[in-house]
This record gives sequence, structure tokens and C-alpha cells, in this order.
Amino acid sequence: MIALLRSLGRSVLERLARLGRANLFLLSLLGALTFVFKRPGLLIRQLYAVGVLSLPIVIVSGLFVGMVLGLQGYANLVDFGATASLGTVVALSLIRELGPVLTALLYAGRAGSALTAEIGLMKATEQLASMQMMAVDPFPRVLAPRFLAGCLAAPILTGIFTAVGILGGYFVAVLQLGVDGGAFWAQMQAKVLLFEDIGNGVLIKSVVFGILANWIALFEGYEAQPTSEGVSLATTRTVVITSLAVLGWDFLLTALMFGVW
Amino acid sequence: MRQKNLELMVGVFVALGVAAFLLLALKVSDLTRIGENDGYRVMAHFENIGGLKVRAPVTLGGVRIGRVVGIGLDPQSYEAVVTLAIDPRYDRLPTDSSASILTSGLLGEQYVGLEPGGMDSYLTNGSVLKLTQSALVLEKLIGRVLTDTASGDAKPKPGLPDQ
Repeated sequence: MIALLRSLGRSVLERLARLGRANLFLLSLLGALTFVFKRPGLLIRQLYAVGVLSLPIVIVSGLFVGMVLGLQGYANLVDFGATASLGTVVALSLIRELGPVLTALLYAGRAGSALTAEIGLMKATEQLASMQMMAVDPFPRVLAPRFLAGCLAAPILTGIFTAVGILGGYFVAVLQLGVDGGAFWAQMQAKVLLFEDIGNGVLIKSVVFGILANWIALFEGYEAQPTSEGVSLATTRTVVITSLAVLGWDFLLTALMFGVW
Repeated sequence: MRQKNLELMVGVFVALGVAAFLLLALKVSDLTRIGENDGYRVMAHFENIGGLKVRAPVTLGGVRIGRVVGIGLDPQSYEAVVTLAIDPRYDRLPTDSSASILTSGLLGEQYVGLEPGGMDSYLTNGSVLKLTQSALVLEKLIGRVLTDTASGDAKPKPGLPDQ
């Protein structure tokens, strides 16, 4: 009985300590950000790795999500003769929820896991330790450029995902199912607000998710056990924790932004 | 060379992002309508506004000339006060124009329809519309029909058992 309680207490304390280390890690990351502006070359390389290389999966997923939304929305709205609202349905669901959330999940799988594996292997092969030996702080050199690049790439990817998704919905609805194209765009413009929907949905959410995803990915890599097993475990944890964090925060942000009190 | 290529790709990536946001702002959202709040304000008192919402369109003869920018309650008369912002291009509306709350289609959203009057003076910023017609509330309508039939048709129908 005592042993059970003790193991419970230990696991809680370990989690708390880990959370504390994660927050200290974020603080050091933010503190090291200014260095990136002195060496923008580092940032460009990372933007390429997390941003440009994530483009194909984001564009293809966005297109298909938009097309599916168009098809499903049409199938349901046609019963009420309300197919003119299809543009609103597709645009609002993409802008408010699906765009930011799905992009963040894809980002965690495509770029977050790679970041964790990279940092974890740097640690396992003692590259980080040798940098510290040479009095080079790995935070500004290695971690901060990756963090900033990820935080910049997330909103851009979200914007592209959402725009491509709406175009996908347009292809299916207007070109294939014969919804009136003018009504599609006009209804959308009548209902989508620039600041309340696009500002809150696409911008704020994607920035929050970008910070979460990169913070978790880098921290898991930094904390990984320096073994091949440890790195693989850390990569898995990155994807799982990021997905849960993104979904949880999404509910919170939606309740704050669009909740009806 | 390698670095140059990298920069090119990142440049394309960022440009794509900017293009996506431009598409969202210009084609998808209401950016083109943001200026509509700038029109002159006209107040209208309604007994009941039904389901009218802020941002609902204001039309005259079916043409959109402004939008609803505020809904409040007059604490003295217990009437709903609806503030309309009307496009300054339409500044020659007679002061005795009437406003009614209408519904587009059977289940559509509600909007404010204006009917021009015949006066020589025109509405300006801060004018109040005197002639208004409230929204049709379906329950009240049904209730009135029921009371009308009950009072107008007092004779017991043949075939019904006598009381």
C-alpha cells in the first residue's frame, strides 16, 4: 500500500518536474531568439526544412479536405434547397477549425517528429555536449532558429491549407455539382468576417499551435534518452503529445473566441 | 549556389503564404464591405425585432444600401432601437421613409427593408425613422388567427354534440 502511494507520488512529482523543465526550456528558447536575427542564414535553412518540405502534404490534404467538405455539405444542404450556403459552410469550417487543427496535426507528424529525431540524435551523438564543451551555447545556434522557423511556418502553412481547401470546395461544388458560383462566393463573403473569423481562426490559432508544436518537439528531443530507443520513444511522444495539446487548446480557444455565453 | 536555391525556395514558400492570406482576405472574407460602417447613422424604433442581428443588410427596393450596426433597448418606451448605417451615396432618402423588418425567403435571415416616403427633407446622421413595422412573430400570428376564428365562428358546428 505504502509502495503504491509512493510510486504514485513519484510519478506526479516527475511529471511536475518535467513540466517545470519544459517551461524553463521555453524561456531559454525565447531568450535566445534575438541571436537568430544576427544570423538569418540559420533561419532560412530551417524554414526550408519545416516549411517548404511540408508544403506537398499540406496542399494535398487541404485540397482533399475541401473537396470532401464540398461533397458532404452538398449532400446535406441539397435536401433543404440551401446549396447556395455551401460556400459559407466550407469556408467557415476550414477557417475556424479544420485549417488550423489539421495543419498542426500534419505539422506534428511531418516536421515535429523530424525536429525531435534531429535534436535527439544530436544529443545521442554528443554533438550538443561538445558544443557546450567549446563554450558554444546550443540554444541560440541550434534550437532557437528551429523554433522561430517553425513558429513562422505554422501560420503560413495554415493559410495555404485553408486557401487550397476553399478552392477544393469550389472545384467540387461549382465545377462538378453545379452550385451557382456567384452565390458560392457571395454567401461566403457575407458570412466570413475578416478579423473575427480569419484573424481569430487562422492567425491566432495557428500561431498558438505553432508555438505548442515546436516547443514540444524541441523539448522532447532535448530531453530524449541518448539511445536509439530513447530517440524513437521521444519521436512518438512528440506526435502524441502535440496532437493532444493541439486538440485541447483548440477547444479552449474555440470556447473563448466563438463561444456563446 | 546551394544557399541561393534554399533562399529561392523559402521565398516561394513565403510568397505562397502571403498569396493564401490575400485570397482569404479579399475573396473569402468581408474585407470589401468594411467601409460600410462609415455611412451615416439612422435610428429606428421597433416594437419587436424578431430575430434581427447586427450586420443584417438594409435594403431599399431590394438593393442593399447599408447594414444594421447596433441593436439596443430604449429603457423608457421598452422599444428596440436599431441603428442603421446607410451608404453615403444614398443620402436623399425622405424623412418619412418607413422601415420594416422582413425575412428573405421562408426560413432566411431577417433584414431591414426601407420604403421611401414623399417628404422634401432628407434623412441625415442621427435621424429617427418614425414609421416602422415590427417583425412578424409566427407565434403571435398563429395566436391571432386562432382567436379570430374562435370569435367570428361562435356557432357550434353541426355534428358536434350539444353541450
